Formats: sequence, C-alpha cells, structure tokens
Amino acid sequence: MPTSSSVTRPLTLIAELSYRCPLRCPYCSNPLEIGKLAYRDELVTGDWVRVFGEAARLGVLQLALTGGEPMLRRDLPQLCEAARDAGLYTSLITAGTLFDAARARELRRAGLDHVQISIQSSDPDDNDRIAGNRSFVKKIAAARLARRLGFPLTINCVLHRHNLDRIDEILELALELGAQRLELANTQYYGWAVLNQAALMPTREQLEHAEAAVNRFRQRVGPQLDILWVLPDYYEDLPKPCMGGWARTALVVVPNGDVLPCQAASTIPGLAIDNVRERSLEWIWNESDAFTRFRGTDWMQEPCRTCPLGRQQEDFGGCRCQAMRLTGDAAATDPVCRFSADHHQVAQARDAAHGGEFIYRTLRPIAGRLR
Amino acid sequence: MTRPRLVTGARLHYDAVRSQHVLLVPEGIVRLNPSAVAVLELCDGERDLDAIVGTLSERYDGADVSDDVRGLVSAMSAKGLVVDADV
Repeated sequence: MPTSSSVTRPLTLIAELSYRCPLRCPYCSNPLEIGKLAYRDELVTGDWVRVFGEAARLGVLQLALTGGEPMLRRDLPQLCEAARDAGLYTSLITAGTLFDAARARELRRAGLDHVQISIQSSDPDDNDRIAGNRSFVKKIAAARLARRLGFPLTINCVLHRHNLDRIDEILELALELGAQRLELANTQYYGWAVLNQAALMPTREQLEHAEAAVNRFRQRVGPQLDILWVLPDYYEDLPKPCMGGWARTALVVVPNGDVLPCQAASTIPGLAIDNVRERSLEWIWNESDAFTRFRGTDWMQEPCRTCPLGRQQEDFGGCRCQAMRLTGDAAATDPVCRFSADHHQVAQARDAAHGGEFIYRTLRPIAGRLR
Repeated sequence: MTRPRLVTGARLHYDAVRSQHVLLVPEGIVRLNPSAVAVLELCDGERDLDAIVGTLSERYDGADVSDDVRGLVSAMSAKGLVVDADV
C-alpha cells in the first residue's frame, strides 16, 4: 500500500444523487441492482453538503451532479449552493426532460456552472426508442433553454450500433444547439451495457466511418466545439487508462453514500466499500480497502508487472472491472490489452454482436434475465 | 482577436489545497502560472489587446510584454478557452 504522502489528491467528485430516472437507456452505467433497498436509502441534503465541503478540503475542484436523474432531487438548488460555497465547479449531468424554465433559473441563481444534456440520437424516433421514453423534444428544448440562460452547454451522446451511422447529424445538431462541448462516448461495457453488449456492439466499419466524420468536422469547425471521442476499447488492442488510474483523480459517491473509485467498482467481489455516513471522505480516499487495493502499480501481475511497452503509468493496467468480468480476477491485465492471455475474449465479444433487441434499464428485479 | 474574454463558463480559481492558480472550465482544469493569471484577469471582453498590454506594461515598470500577452491569448484561443467578445 502506498504511503499517504505518495497519494495524489482527487480532482473530481462524481455525485450520483439518485438512481431514479425517467429514461430506461439499455447502456446505463448504473449497477444492475439499482432497484435494491440499499440504494433507495438516499443521502439527505445535510449529508451531501458535508461531503462537498470534505471533498473541497481534500483537493476536489470539479463536481459532477449525476444519477440516475439528478433533477429528481428536490433539494438540487440547495446542493448547488453548497457546492458553490465550497468553491467547487459544478456540472449538472441530466437527461434534460425535467429541466424547465423555472427550475433552470433557480439552478442558475444557485450557482450551477455548467449543464450537460444527453441525447440518444439526432433522430427523434430513434432517440425515444433507445431511451425507452418519449424525450427528444424535451431534451432539445432543455438544451436551448440552457444556452438562453447563459449556461455553457455540453451535449453527450453514447454511441453504439444503433446510432453511429447518424454521426454527421449528431455533430450538426450539437453545433446548431450552440454546444461548447460534445461528448461522443462510445459505449463502455459496464452496468446495463453488459446485458446489452451483443445488441450495442458496433461494427469496425461503423466506427471507422464515424471517426473519420468527427475528424473532418473538427477540421471544419475548429475550437468553438470541443469534441471528446471516447475510444471504443473493444476495438483497441491496448487498454484505456480507466478513470485516469485507480483512485488517482476521482471519487464516486453513490445515492446511499457508498464511496467507490469508479461507477462499476461494486462489481468487484470482496472489495470493502465504506460509506460517508460512517467515515470521512479523506479517510476513505487515503485508507479504505476500495481505494488502496489497486492504487499505484504494486498490485500488478504479469504481463503488466514487466509491461513490454512500459505503459504502467500510461494505462495503469486498464480497467479492473473489465478484468474481473472477463477473467474472474480483478488484478489481471485488462483483456483489451494484446498481451493479455484473455485477449481472445474481446474478439469473441465483437464477433457475437447481432444488434438485436434491448433489455431496458429498470428498477424492478431482473435476476431472471441474468445468465 | 480584438476584445478577448474567457469562454462561457470558464472561471479563474485559486486552488488553496495545491497553492496553484487554475482556470476551471466544463469538465476541465487548466493550471496557470502567475503571469497567465495576470493576463486572463484582464480578458474581460471590454479591453482590447492593446489595452491589456498597456495595463500590464505599466504594472511591470514599462516592460515590453506585448509578445507574451499576444502569445498567451493566441494559445488560449486555439484551445477554445479565450474567445473574441465581438464575434
């Protein structure tokens, strides 16, 4: 375990305020167990206010208010005020369907810095089919409202087999809405996306076509619209630096106060997870099992331990949750890596893609549908 | 670039935990040295580049800061962090 003095300080707090959501996206990054009783026991306003203060003292500068749908929290303006008082730069990550003029103005007054609105497609019918909810018209209205009130706007679109071919339209829509940033997040296979992997997995041709379109658009439009292209890691042969390294820059606090190094870490069996109701954020960051288990490089096995490309500090061994899921060992090399003995599993997942029906996100038990 | 201003949503902030000036932007943190802070504080969408150069030159006993100011504003503008208030 690294000593406290060698531990970097976090820059980002991801606050998942609630797992309730009007949308039912089949790639939601929330856990499959969102319906379970523990997650319904949401932190109260005072808990979050204390957590924001602790986060700022720990070195956090950026706060993401997300969910589920954070707009379902009636105390959202109070939370924004508390974040502003703590000196945090606050982003609201919303589906946009509840972002009406009265609430948006209230959030503006409360000091919210930035609004990020998701779209599921540039096509209204496709959007509503993927979201499992008639939401496109409200999302577009919300985006225009955010700009009218002077918020910087990010449009987020998770990309997959069912919307990649609309990439040109998605780029133009973001530009027309006056977005400052566009996050094109190729689906990462966690949470509900695992259940829908074969339906969501794109073809290589789709990805190559989309990436070329993004590059042409960047050339044409320049820095007024900053585009983040999240790599489709199943088509890579070196792993991504997941979360910028385990417990290196970010903390995730889930609705009931559990604190995790990433949104998917609860899928790693045996990881002792602490809660802000019992422990300070500082203790959890520095001392908890969940944060210290895979911090640094001492935990690495071969081939990471003697990485032939010297990438230990570049990709940090990739993703622990993906290693767990594909190899059964959370300390293994991420199988996306071509040096992993399990790399063939990634190729198999690509080949198994069929683009079939979705299993939509739900708070109801889904145990019967899991392998 | 006539009258530079910080892009919508950008905020100068002093990170007391790390004793470091930063520019906070949507989902991003840009670390700044003290001279960059001095320039960006004057990028208010009112002053033009000559006025910013003049103000800083006066502050630093008549030093020629023109190239430094123009270089910084141009680099920040290429990254989309500083924009022209007149566009």
